[in-house]
Amino acid sequence: MIGIVNYGAGNIFSLTAALERLDLKYGMINSETDFDFYDRIIIPGVGHAGTAMKKLVDTGLVPKIKSLTKPVLGICVGMQLITDFSEEGNSKMLEIIPVKTLRFNEEVSKKVPHMGWNQVEVQKNIPLFNDIDTSAYFYFVHSYFIEFNSKFTVAFCNYGIKFSAGIQRDNFYGVQFHPEKSGEAGEILLKNFAHL
Amino acid sequence: MLAKRIIPCLDVKDGRTVKGINFVDLRDAGDPVELAWQYSRQGADELVFLDITATHEKRKTTIEMVKSVARQINIPFTIGGGISELKDAEALLNAGADKISINSAAVRRPELINELANAFGVQFVVLAVDTKHLSSGDFVHLNGGRITTELQTQQWIKEAVERGAGEILLTSMDKDGTKAGFDTILLKEINDMISVPVIASGGAGSAQDFIDVFQKSDVDAALAASVFHYGEILIPELKQLLKNNQIEIRL
Repeated sequence: MIGIVNYGAGNIFSLTAALERLDLKYGMINSETDFDFYDRIIIPGVGHAGTAMKKLVDTGLVPKIKSLTKPVLGICVGMQLITDFSEEGNSKMLEIIPVKTLRFNEEVSKKVPHMGWNQVEVQKNIPLFNDIDTSAYFYFVHSYFIEFNSKFTVAFCNYGIKFSAGIQRDNFYGVQFHPEKSGEAGEILLKNFAHL
Repeated sequence: MLAKRIIPCLDVKDGRTVKGINFVDLRDAGDPVELAWQYSRQGADELVFLDITATHEKRKTTIEMVKSVARQINIPFTIGGGISELKDAEALLNAGADKISINSAAVRRPELINELANAFGVQFVVLAVDTKHLSSGDFVHLNGGRITTELQTQQWIKEAVERGAGEILLTSMDKDGTKAGFDTILLKEINDMISVPVIASGGAGSAQDFIDVFQKSDVDAALAASVFHYGEILIPELKQLLKNNQIEIRL
């Protein structure tokens, strides 16, 4: 069963709706002991990364999250939270994966936010991307991105600059796109995560 | 590459779609959820629902509709119509809407754009602009083109982006309903002027019009209603044709 970290960063209706469509059972994590009920953890997130980090810190769940050995998936801002640092509000993040979250430079990537369907190139064949076509389209909405890193980037995307669409370190995963809004490809990814 | 988006627009009143719909295999043409599902299956990249419900009480029906759409559709969608306060927008966000579009409320009180962007992020705020060409320039119109404002279209869009509009849905009232093609000249001018995505609207009559709008103005998305609803243009065929014309598209 999937546990969703409930720290008040944005709306998760679409995410829970997608899990329901896929018949994937889930519940909400509000306290440290709640983590014990679930074998997969999702950290959702929309909005401002600095604000999201502050809210997450306020829940008191940060030490527990960092100590997890179960598969953890950060989505969008939830992915940015597991990096070291975000330029959004110059904020320290969870420091789980040693990469940085940077802002799209408008001279390189003309339109910010990067909004719409873009192609994801899988860099490392990990089970999270099983059965997903090469250059499959996923839905992105973001103004900040995670730098490409040869060690931790498992899938990348191009938007004026090559950036991380997916990252992984041990049991921690992050995707910049919204699988819950990415049609069939997104649904496959959520199922893959549930069955890791 | 970021794909150009094809967006069907559905008019909704009291939780039901209005305007004729010409789909085979459709059990209930008035059901926005079923229609949305059909469009998503056909390859629509995104959907816009324009809520033309008159009264405040009936907006509860809209919220229920938004929830049903979010439960069943796996692509993003925008809700527009009658949003004038933060709490309207918040209710829609919590019901699963990805974006909201505002129009006359922003003209009446431009600070609304700042408030929405600060509260929910710029990616949530679409500014819809209805524009008409007059002898003295392009001007913003309200109420489906019936009311002329003193706002110069280019100036208004520039201001709105500075205030926090994350996307512009530009409808040419000169072209709307004519099926004579999008206003590619104005769209190009606006698209070159701002750094947020632009959705072209008004005038779609043929598949060629979509090719033209992407090739000539380079907008990010094109929206249409009747040509899709009446089956005059089929989305899978349209997208294949765009792809054949070297336009980046998600198939």
